[in-house]
Amino acid sequence: MTRDHQDRIQQVQSITETGHSMNQQTELKMKARDVKVYYGNDQAIKGIDMDVVKNEVLAFIGPSGCGKSTFLRCLNRMNDTIDICRVTGTIELDGQNMYDPSLDVVQLRAQVGMVFQKPNPFPKSIYDNIAYGPKLHGLASKKSDLDDIVESSLQKAGLWNEVKDRLDQPGTGLSGGQQQRLCIARTIAVSPEVILMDEPCSALDPIATSIIEELIDELKANFTIVMVTHNMQQAARVSDRTAFFHLGELVEVGATNEVFTNPKHKRTEDYITGRYG
Amino acid sequence: MSNLTLMIVLLALLAIAYQLGLVRTRQVAGQNPAQRMHSRPHHYGVLVGLWAVLPAFFIFLLWSWGSPWAIDQLLIAQLPESITSDNQELRVALRRIGNLASNFGVVSEAADWELQAAAFLAETRQLSSGLMLALMAAVSAAGLLYGYRRISPLQRARNQIEKVVKAALVLCSTVAILTTIGIVLSMVGESLRFFSFVSPMDFFFGTTWNPRFSTSGVAEGSLTGSQGSFGMLPLLAGTFLIAAIAMVVAIPLGLLAAIYLSEYASPKLRATAKPIIEVLAGIPTIVYGFFALVTVGPFLSDLGDFFGLDIRATSALTAGVVMGIMIIPFISSLSDDIITQVPKSLRDGSLGLGATKSETIRKVVLPAALPGIVGAILLAASRAIGETMIVVLAAGNSPSLTANPFEAVSTMTVTIVNQLTGDNDFSSPQSLVAFALGLTLFVITLLLNVVALVIVRKYREQYE
Repeated sequence: MTRDHQDRIQQVQSITETGHSMNQQTELKMKARDVKVYYGNDQAIKGIDMDVVKNEVLAFIGPSGCGKSTFLRCLNRMNDTIDICRVTGTIELDGQNMYDPSLDVVQLRAQVGMVFQKPNPFPKSIYDNIAYGPKLHGLASKKSDLDDIVESSLQKAGLWNEVKDRLDQPGTGLSGGQQQRLCIARTIAVSPEVILMDEPCSALDPIATSIIEELIDELKANFTIVMVTHNMQQAARVSDRTAFFHLGELVEVGATNEVFTNPKHKRTEDYITGRYG
Repeated sequence: MSNLTLMIVLLALLAIAYQLGLVRTRQVAGQNPAQRMHSRPHHYGVLVGLWAVLPAFFIFLLWSWGSPWAIDQLLIAQLPESITSDNQELRVALRRIGNLASNFGVVSEAADWELQAAAFLAETRQLSSGLMLALMAAVSAAGLLYGYRRISPLQRARNQIEKVVKAALVLCSTVAILTTIGIVLSMVGESLRFFSFVSPMDFFFGTTWNPRFSTSGVAEGSLTGSQGSFGMLPLLAGTFLIAAIAMVVAIPLGLLAAIYLSEYASPKLRATAKPIIEVLAGIPTIVYGFFALVTVGPFLSDLGDFFGLDIRATSALTAGVVMGIMIIPFISSLSDDIITQVPKSLRDGSLGLGATKSETIRKVVLPAALPGIVGAILLAASRAIGETMIVVLAAGNSPSLTANPFEAVSTMTVTIVNQLTGDNDFSSPQSLVAFALGLTLFVITLLLNVVALVIVRKYREQYE
């Protein structure tokens, strides 16, 4: 074990003390320090420190406009696509600062994939939707390799049995829940280490939602998942740790059952008990 | 009283009746404080105004349409048998009498019976217009009274006005549709006359265009015994050759400009650059024609000399290049709108998978926008095919069947201009062929437009 590695595990100790249940050995995946985000002159995020542990599901909750989606989008630099957005501070992925000018954002996004609020399959066939990322990154040298990636990605997303006979049909023809799983499969196909999900179920019906929630539970064996949700029950159901955002600040982060049953801060308690939000 | 004054009087009446209606409505409302009026006061006012004016206006229309015919019938009954038996003579006589009655005077001495008839005509006309005025006044007054007295809280004035407005809207759209149908029918009629001279086979599949030396109704044994050749294919080929060159110029330029504007340009630059590009579409085509003739043609010719090619100054290439510049805005502006319409979520999805911006544009945005872009291109193509002035000036007007863009060619539009200008007899095939060409052109552009619209519409449904 390298020193660097030990260092990271030590950092995790502090998280453990704040309530993270550590059954298995954990390792730090991402580390954000003093992250501030400005849209023009408005400050949306006011200096957030946060750690993300490998193979956990971390949920962001908070009222609308609290900055949770903005912070999530910082984690794979999707905010770069917004012209007026400016980010300061450091966010490290495996010890490497992702806002380092020498880092290639394209590589970063292959490592940190993203699933969006509304299912957004490309207007291509199901097969091409999945194969899009691997083709770009040259992950498959042969057609059969690509076929394998498509199949395994769809299987991991629990969609294979439903679509295996119609891979050549447009992805936009699937139901909303299937489309969202297609988007998850598309993200998995690039073999990212972290998957960011921005309210992945907000456009779906309860049954599709529960399927996605189960899927998230299975995916955490292989991936680290950070998700934003408006639905506190969902956060309670699927996440290992929960972070509560309010007015651009990180109010509290800790083990999910701790945050929900015994919040440390008044604001968290007020939000969870439905006093505002 | 002239018709114009009459219209002004009717408008004034409308305003007065409206005011009366308003006053009456307030009275009625004041009398029944317990009951709310069904509609707003101005609805009742407008309704009274319509009652006062519309029936009178319809009488005016009917009378103006029917009375000349009725008066003519009365007049003909007065005329001597010898005149009315011959149609030709009758028409001349009626015209002379009409001129006499309007005090315009006629050529040569007017006969006695003509003067009598003219006096009768003038008298009848005066009587007729007097009658019409009286009738209109009566109907107007009756309408005003009727509308005025009907005002009550229960009357559904708004609904009735909405019906009238709806009828007016239907009328307006009908005018546009009927005009289109009328144009098509008249073209079809003239084309059929043309096809009585020249067989459709010769027209659509003939490869020689040389109508000049034939005359209609060629006398047998005359020197110019040949009928002339009306083969449309050289013109069709010229049309498509020039349109194709135009598209080769316009598609890359327009599409790349659209990609730059929608994906790379800052909003400020886009807001400035887009209208400037669109100005290209607003330049009169005759100015483009000048530009082609004076600048582009000689330039291309010199360029050809430099490369050892023989390019004529007025050629398919010159016309095509300039036309291509003209239709750039059609492609760039429409494509820009379509590319901008591609949802941001698709771009985010692609970028989120680690695609670069150019990969995202090439592999996600453009394929998603492709149907719409094809629609834009087809619209531009139909514009190019129907374009006239540039080709009149710059294509060289030489109807030959060639695929060489450096040669002078002629197009269908140019030929239509040629065949309809000059002192041709309008019933000769030389003139009538213009209608057949026009109809063919119309069908081609119509098909292109329909295909384009269908594609664009299909594309729109995709994101909804």
